[in-house]
Amino acid sequence: MPTNCLIKHSTYHDSVALMQVARELTQLPGVLDAAVVMGTPANQAILREASLMLPEIEAAAANDLVIVVRAETDERAAHALQVAENRLAHRPESGETGSTPPPRTIRQAVRRHPGANLAVISVAGQYAAAEAWEALRNGLHVFLFSDHVSLADELALKQYAIERGRLLMGPDCGTAILNGVALGFANDVPRGPVGIVAAAGTGLQEVSALLARLGVGVSQAIGTGGRDLSAEVGGLTMLAGVRALQADPETKGLLLVSKPPDEAVAARVLAQVRQGDKPTVICFLGGDAAPIAEAGAIPARTLQEAAYRAATLATAADGAEGAGTAVEEIIERETAELRTLARALQERLKPDQTYLRGLFSGGTLAAETLLLWSERLDDVRSNLALDPRLGLPDPACSVGHCVVDLGADEFTVGRPHPMLDHTLRARRLMQEADDPQVAAILLDVVLGYGVHSDPAGELGPVIRRARETAAQADRELLVVASVTGTEQDPQGLSQQVQTLEECGAVVAGCNAAAARLAVFIARPDL
Amino acid sequence: MPEKSTSALPTTPLSVVNVGLHGFVESLRAQGVEVTAVDWRPPSAPRLTHTRTGVDIEAANAEATARIAQGRPVLVGMGIARQTIPGYHDRLILHAGPPVSWERMCGPQRGAVMGALVHEGWAQDEGEAAELAASGEVEFAPCHHYHAVGPMAGIISPSMPVFIVRNETFGNLAYATQNEGLGRVLRYGAYGPDIYQRLRWMEDTLYPTLKTAVESIAGGIDLRALISQALHMGDEGHNRNRAGTSLFLRAVTPALMRTCPDRERAAEVFEFIERNDHFFLNLSMAAAKSTLEPAEGIAGATILTVMARNGTDFGIRMAGAPERWFVAPAGIVDGLYLPGYTAADANPDIGDSTVTETAGFGGFAMAAAPAIARFVGGTPEDALRATLEMYEICFAEHEHFTIPALNFRGTPLGIDVRRVMETGIRPRLNTGIAHREPGIGMVGAGVLPAPEACFVEAFAAIREW
Repeated sequence: MPTNCLIKHSTYHDSVALMQVARELTQLPGVLDAAVVMGTPANQAILREASLMLPEIEAAAANDLVIVVRAETDERAAHALQVAENRLAHRPESGETGSTPPPRTIRQAVRRHPGANLAVISVAGQYAAAEAWEALRNGLHVFLFSDHVSLADELALKQYAIERGRLLMGPDCGTAILNGVALGFANDVPRGPVGIVAAAGTGLQEVSALLARLGVGVSQAIGTGGRDLSAEVGGLTMLAGVRALQADPETKGLLLVSKPPDEAVAARVLAQVRQGDKPTVICFLGGDAAPIAEAGAIPARTLQEAAYRAATLATAADGAEGAGTAVEEIIERETAELRTLARALQERLKPDQTYLRGLFSGGTLAAETLLLWSERLDDVRSNLALDPRLGLPDPACSVGHCVVDLGADEFTVGRPHPMLDHTLRARRLMQEADDPQVAAILLDVVLGYGVHSDPAGELGPVIRRARETAAQADRELLVVASVTGTEQDPQGLSQQVQTLEECGAVVAGCNAAAARLAVFIARPDL
Repeated sequence: MPEKSTSALPTTPLSVVNVGLHGFVESLRAQGVEVTAVDWRPPSAPRLTHTRTGVDIEAANAEATARIAQGRPVLVGMGIARQTIPGYHDRLILHAGPPVSWERMCGPQRGAVMGALVHEGWAQDEGEAAELAASGEVEFAPCHHYHAVGPMAGIISPSMPVFIVRNETFGNLAYATQNEGLGRVLRYGAYGPDIYQRLRWMEDTLYPTLKTAVESIAGGIDLRALISQALHMGDEGHNRNRAGTSLFLRAVTPALMRTCPDRERAAEVFEFIERNDHFFLNLSMAAAKSTLEPAEGIAGATILTVMARNGTDFGIRMAGAPERWFVAPAGIVDGLYLPGYTAADANPDIGDSTVTETAGFGGFAMAAAPAIARFVGGTPEDALRATLEMYEICFAEHEHFTIPALNFRGTPLGIDVRRVMETGIRPRLNTGIAHREPGIGMVGAGVLPAPEACFVEAFAAIREW
């Protein structure tokens, strides 16, 4: 029976702590006896009595730590010595009470809570990069909500994160769902087979909420931040996210959402998609469908279509082909219903009421609307328009058909985001209600964690007042809304829909449906 | 520890550190997620990871703190300053803190210098001593320039005995005098016949007896082991040294009994140490000094290796620039006073004893010393808070010094100038308080933060590296 020892010179530990370690050692398989003691003469005598004495131990001093193990084999003994060393090196989480001050830095937060694995960072942009570095260096994944982080910092952070197998979502990442937890502005959706990577916050919310309503859950939903798919950043987070989901056993199909990426970046993303063997739906909102199809992925024109296709994919046993047809049928049927509804609504309007005004809190929802309106209506103006001739010369003032993203920089400098505070949108809604040429106002109502706790409760009364103002001028004003959310969200989907309807809004099934309904109101001939 | 997996997805249930909007904390808690909310404030300085020339500061600091933690200070002997401290010469007086001229020297340090000159027999009385000190015939230098440390005024004169502490890991030596006790003592600026009589006894009786005993112990006395045990017995090693002194007596007494032929003399020595709860302070300081010096000269290291005061100035030196002092006016101590004295009597902060905080104990280990928690607010929880705050500005945690109340977490080790600047948290120092006038002595004890200005200057220097 080998007896092995390890002597740590001048290393003091409390005897109670040492006895605990010794007891653990004796419980290891193959260990017959063990002692972990300071090398005092008294302890040496005890070791002699226990036949655990070795020549090296005779030389140990009172301040030397002695670990000695008798085991069935040399390996067992060596293993036990290793265990003892690890246990003594391990400093457990400190036993702090509630009254201890909170940590002032990420480093200390991690030290106090060694299980921490994600940093959620939302400090002002000028400080955000430094905090993200601190988080990555301490081994955390990062959800970087802050914006105004420099391009150089974004690139360096993302490269560092990828080298170390960490996820860096953002900067300017509004939404993600990791391990079933909603981060930032995100909805309460079930876990399931669809893995999402999105460069668009409300886009991610819309598709994940629609999937949930279709009874399909999300494995992970990774946000990349709005600039990720630019030529400069090169889609680093999108590519890392796609790779992670391709390797993730919980993910059966992928769904990618973004505005049209830089061409070279799109090619890189599609090449990565092609390498995977999981069906992938891609919605590059307003982008070209052909390269997506060529890469073997399934293009989706709108967020709604993307969610429907992903739901079908994930659930269909027999693959993409048949599922695709079903989605087109669903959307066609819905479109027919919207046409009928629009006709009934349009009849209440005066002939002058021809213009649509979309007032959005979610940028991607505004972009989806702009896309759908521009396909069917002439000269739709927007602060999101790529064509400068179709911009809003005065963002505070609408002309013709307008899609206004109230979450854009020109509206949010020095003001809370419209998903948190509805003051600006309420004022704009009343302004549009005074315009006799307005036929319908389109609103998005975004639910979930992180956003306003009762958006319908805030907007409802304003909708009612806007319609009353119009009624006093002897007009009907149509307000069409869509609600991005789920029944499980803190605000509750049906509760919010009910409030909006009670206040006179027409609530469509999703943003794309609302946009189409509005188009049919403006152009009943289509 | 954070998970080590290379997966780009978190493999364990989410546990979140939130920095920023508090609403996210509530959202996450509503989902049943564990959240640690960082009490974040904008950093008061940019976060530096590399020097201008590209040296990795984190790596340099890791090396510096590893060297400090690995140091094993052992009391190996004693000697007379003149013969023992390298470079010592006959007209040299060492003092605490950064360099200071006689003209700028504070009251208690002047008092201690005057007392030492009389004690050395260079002057007939204190008045003559003051003239001599002002004449330029005596050279003054910081203890820190001679591998030495001195509490309070920190005066070392040629005939004074010093402990010799060897850092067994690196082989370097450090020195400190024998502690005189509390009250009317030279190091608090007191002078007079009672003081000289005690100093003489310490030279003629205490020193030879203790020297013989200590040097008879094979391998010396392991001070690292004594300090780590004392931290488990209610000491922090700076303002409380009761346990350390007791442990030292336990270590030295058998040798004292064996080597001192005169029983009465042995008993006197034992009694002198036993009656001075701070006897161990000078040993813990020399131990600290010996562990810090091996970190000096590591390029790019922003860890403090020296933090010392002379009652006029507060000075720091960094591992990456070990020759350069960064100084600021010494601060006012928030203190508790001995009967008959008030804050109006107090001299600004003084002494090299902050070497303990620099080496990862002292005020930084307040959580280990609930018995003196009244210095930091009164309750053991206040003491715990004091230590937890110091982790924010330290680069590492000590491998050998641990705190029972924090579940044996290592003490905060390695004051990082960068972190002091980022967090705005200044090192928290424990200290005694000397009377502002020469010749009087100790009036109290207390705590204070290190002055900001020297850290601002040091940080500016780092940015030039």
